[in-house]
Amino acid sequence: MPATSPPRPMPPIAIRAFSATTALGHGVEAQAGALAARRGGLRRNDFGPSPLPTWIGRVDGIEDAPLPEALAAWECRNNRLAWLALQQDGLREALEAAVSRHGADRVALVVGTSTSSIGASEEGYARATVDAQGQPCFPPDLQRPMVHTLHSLGDFLQHATGVRGPCMTVATACSSSAKVFAQAARLIHAGVVDAALVGGVDTLCGSVLFGFNALGLVSAEPCRPFDASRDGLSLGEAGGFAVLERAAPDEDGLQLRGYGESSDAHHMSAPHPEGLGATLAMRDALARAGIDPGAVGYLNLHGTSTPANDAIEARAVAALFPDSLHASSTKGWTGHTLGAAGIVESVFALIALRDGLLPGTLNSATPDPACGPQIRFDHVQRPTAWAMNNSFGFGGNNCSLVFGKGGAA
Amino acid sequence: MTPLAATIAGIGYWSEGLPGWAAARAFANTGTLPADAPARPAPQLLPANERRRAPPSVLVALEVAQAACRDAGLAPDSLPSVFISTHGDLGITDYMCTTLAQAPTEVSPTKFHNSVHNAAAGYWTIGTGCMRTTTAISAHRASFAQGLLEALAQLATDADAVLLVGYDTWATGLLSTMTHSEGLLGAALVLARTGPGPRITATLEEGEAGAGDGPLAMRGHANAMAPMLPLFDALACGRDRVALHAGAGRHLQLDIAHG
Repeated sequence: MPATSPPRPMPPIAIRAFSATTALGHGVEAQAGALAARRGGLRRNDFGPSPLPTWIGRVDGIEDAPLPEALAAWECRNNRLAWLALQQDGLREALEAAVSRHGADRVALVVGTSTSSIGASEEGYARATVDAQGQPCFPPDLQRPMVHTLHSLGDFLQHATGVRGPCMTVATACSSSAKVFAQAARLIHAGVVDAALVGGVDTLCGSVLFGFNALGLVSAEPCRPFDASRDGLSLGEAGGFAVLERAAPDEDGLQLRGYGESSDAHHMSAPHPEGLGATLAMRDALARAGIDPGAVGYLNLHGTSTPANDAIEARAVAALFPDSLHASSTKGWTGHTLGAAGIVESVFALIALRDGLLPGTLNSATPDPACGPQIRFDHVQRPTAWAMNNSFGFGGNNCSLVFGKGGAA
Repeated sequence: MTPLAATIAGIGYWSEGLPGWAAARAFANTGTLPADAPARPAPQLLPANERRRAPPSVLVALEVAQAACRDAGLAPDSLPSVFISTHGDLGITDYMCTTLAQAPTEVSPTKFHNSVHNAAAGYWTIGTGCMRTTTAISAHRASFAQGLLEALAQLATDADAVLLVGYDTWATGLLSTMTHSEGLLGAALVLARTGPGPRITATLEEGEAGAGDGPLAMRGHANAMAPMLPLFDALACGRDRVALHAGAGRHLQLDIAHG
């Protein structure tokens, strides 16, 4: 491991509101209810004109939820899901409160995605027509340049919320919406802003369904994270957000307490064989939180259900944490929501802190021999003071987050 | 906002006709273009076979990143990095959309994993053996200013030096009817907390930034990463104030002490 010293502890960041919208439903209570009942959200792939034989985590209701007229220029599946997710769990009220406390220019907007609204571009190619000069062109309803570029998501949310601080779309594949917490924390700690809307949105599209299929990473069955017989992932879509604000000294409530980011420096689409990058990210997140691994009560694993990821992540976890850790992958419920996985699974970690619901792993029965005693398939109900989330992406891009409660240190 | 500050410890630059920072600075000051400029970048970081296959976005990003580290005299594997691109690799996006429309099951797995926005960041960390954090950001016309903010925030929290890389490619195929970008352009800065070099101080302020009328901005205006060029004109010509487009009717005001 490189000889970088671990970072210093960081000041806590308060979480004023949080929410996720996934195949389990819209908002936190739908997530918590489905987790508790072990009711998964995967269905046989029914997305697009020629669906591959796989299972997907599709969000219900997007097709019936057009954007408001004033935001129609940003119309596309991804921005619809962003808008739907933003209406849940008091997010807008918490954001408006932050804006009224600090001013719109003191609130940042940092959101993650993998493919943003590329589904609209794919549709433009599939429905291509010709213009008056006989040249190929997009159909008139899709001749909106902003939805054909990555920042479609951030730009849409900036217009939808009126926030005027730094605004950026982070796209580091499947770690995107975990890294937004780190980047927003830095903007707050550096004094650029006082609060931030963070989150991520990714929707099902041809690029990811056929792309992951081309890499041989998609299972024909519902995914089985950490199961000895797992054979690939199930793709999903999701959106979620959190409102972050500089925490007052000694205040109560849920908080971001640490982040750790690293690179595998190994391969574009395969994890480091010894999980070095994952270990570095987890180590730095714990160091910023100022806690020992033994303090963590729940770890939401990246746990994609690909043979390589799960074995390597399990070994890295076993090397760093005591046997008492309860760690699980929730991708059997939602599918792998890619650029939204960071926010969705951070919300699951926050549910663990709030309710003491430490979820197990869905669809999995026989643990892979690589699994240490930390990898749990069954639920436990137990109050915990600290919860973590791992998100790892293509390019060897890793991010771990530590959440805690005010006064819990 | 609390002003953020950094020293520019190293600079890298590549565009068609100006294959390095020395050439770009000479052009900005004298209007001369080097003879025999290569048509595409050839970053030494990649083995020859990978250099042939790598998409242009990765080639230009790695070329300028390596040049900036060399200029700063810092080991690439010691630096966290921020990669900024408005659109990512537009040729790969066109390939993906075309293939999905015609024969979706024939998508190339390599093209797919090269389609992620952090492809250049990934190849950089793999090629240099760097295990520090890297990120990939887009903010449309404000991309460079927003990426610069993230780099400065890293310096203000716990990094001693950060590599910042901005690049964009040319639009092609049907996508070029929607997305306008021409040529290949990349530039990189190694930003450090302290040390010798021009010192920049940044604040977000009200009002739009202009497109820039310096020689590099005029020459590279058609590329999507052109909003970064006023800074490189200022660095080349010794100007001490520059505004970068930051979105939402605001700009990132940079004061530069050339020292």
